[in-house]
Amino acid sequence: MKPIIQVKDVHFRYSGEEHLPPVLNGASLEIEEGSFVVILGHNGSGKSTLAKHLNGILIPNEGCVLVDGMDTRDASKLLDIRRTVGMVFQNPDNQMVASVVEDDVAFAPENLGIPPKEIRSRVDEALKLVDMYEYRLHAPHLLSGGQKQRVAIAGVIAMRPRCIVLDEPTAMLDPAGRQEVIGTIKRLCRENGITIVLITHHMNEAVDADKVFVMSNGRVISQGTPKEVFSNVEFLKSEGLTVPDTAELLYKLRLSGIDLPAEALSIEECAQAIAAALK
Amino acid sequence: MLKDITLGQYFPGNSFIHRLDPRTKLLFIIVYITALFVSKSYVTYGILLLVLAVSIAVSKIRLSAIFKGLKPLMFIMIFTAILNLFYTKGGTELFSFWVFTVTTKGVEFAFFMVLRIMMLISGTFLLTYTTTPMALTDGMELLLTPFKKLHVPVHEFSMMMSIALRFIPTLIEEADKITNAQKARGADFETGKLTDRAKALLPLLVPLFVSAFRRADELAIAMESRCYHGGEGRTRMKKLKMAAPDILTLVFSALMLAVIIILARFGI
Ligand SMILES: Nc1ncnc2c1ncn2[C@@H]1O[C@H](COP(=O)(O)OP(=O)(O)OP(=O)(O)O)[C@@H](O)[C@H]1O
Ligand SMILES: [Mg+2]
Repeated sequence: MKPIIQVKDVHFRYSGEEHLPPVLNGASLEIEEGSFVVILGHNGSGKSTLAKHLNGILIPNEGCVLVDGMDTRDASKLLDIRRTVGMVFQNPDNQMVASVVEDDVAFAPENLGIPPKEIRSRVDEALKLVDMYEYRLHAPHLLSGGQKQRVAIAGVIAMRPRCIVLDEPTAMLDPAGRQEVIGTIKRLCRENGITIVLITHHMNEAVDADKVFVMSNGRVISQGTPKEVFSNVEFLKSEGLTVPDTAELLYKLRLSGIDLPAEALSIEECAQAIAAALK
Repeated sequence: MLKDITLGQYFPGNSFIHRLDPRTKLLFIIVYITALFVSKSYVTYGILLLVLAVSIAVSKIRLSAIFKGLKPLMFIMIFTAILNLFYTKGGTELFSFWVFTVTTKGVEFAFFMVLRIMMLISGTFLLTYTTTPMALTDGMELLLTPFKKLHVPVHEFSMMMSIALRFIPTLIEEADKITNAQKARGADFETGKLTDRAKALLPLLVPLFVSAFRRADELAIAMESRCYHGGEGRTRMKKLKMAAPDILTLVFSALMLAVIIILARFGI
């Protein structure tokens, strides 16, 4: 499959911070269309900065970012890039522009100059996809965190993007809200073929990913399937990261001398591995 | 205190007034306010009060909601009343003490003044209660379209309005949270001299502003990410349309203004 996003050796500093080390320092990665990708990294490793490069909010100082072959440095392509790669942020309150759910979802297609009838059908479709259709006439500030975040996702889906980047979308949610949001984005990826790039601190959300990237000090230091990445527990810990609960459990059992595989990540697999070892 | 602010609140409904085009409602309220300022007598005030009462009845908005909107403005009304009471000369003297005299004219003037403010505000609240903020700002934008030729940033203005209305509840909630956090640390907002209380507000306002700026920053990025690039080439999901009831309402408002002006001309 061909990559939808290519990040090639990107260097970046925020203006006015020239005396500090660069925030992105040779970051490179490729994201395949239709895949579910998770980006991990300690606080300040440059994940959010990288995310903002993926739809041309920030432009690299050096290197380049290609979205479906379009260079983000090309200002004439900016709108096409942004409708291809949608972005959802941490705080749902700060992404909503309208006082009624359906008006908010309509915002992006309105900006794209789509005819009213088609906006209506896109809005209904997007709200149904995230299971918020019954709430279309509600005021966003009265919804729960998980519901707000799903409305934010609908607002992006209404652009019909091929990729959605989510920067810690569950950081401000309770466990139930987190489930709602993660379930929704997984469904969008598996059933609707939308490429998902999820930035998160919750390792358990990374278990089902097709590919995991680990960032540190502005570059990608490790990548692979979750099994590959999480089997190296010591390395991740040295980078200030935790690992999924299952990997942590197996790691501790292995340290105490029980012979267990490192790559049983789902709870099922983990339970079976331990059961097998106990026999 | 902050919870009392109901500006920008919308009560969903399907009444005749709810269904009117926001432009009609905006024009009507402008005409109504003009008529209020032309009015000078019991008769004309009576007519306008009747129009307001009928409008409220038709809209099915509860009277208590209107009064709730008036409550935070009680202070301004009392202040206006007192000012007019003491500073209007003429008519027969009712009583006087020290440097103040109260005359019949003063009482009448104060009464009209307060009535005018109350009617003006009730009318405006009826507008915001029956119109979604989005429709309201869209209506404003369309009404002001001619000014775009003069390079007035009409679209930006209406976008700012609608975002402000959207964030009122969010910021009120946040102010409440900060107030409680400061109270938990021993801040006292309710007692003491006025200057002390004003000073106590500082630790409330500073974090509120800081957070508002952070929100604005994030919102701008989120809007750009959703392809916002100004008003050019933008379409709307809900296109505003004027229909027969709108024409009817506008004709009625013109008649109402004409009647009030003519009556005022004859000193009624
Ligand atoms: N708007 C900005 N202006 C200046 N510096 C910034 C800005 N945003 C982030 N930084 C700096 O860039 C560095 C990387 O920040 P970034 O937000 O990309 O990290 P992150 O990996 O997303 O961290 P977190 O896990 O906390 O979200 C930090 O040192 C931060 O101080
Ligand atoms: Mg971040």
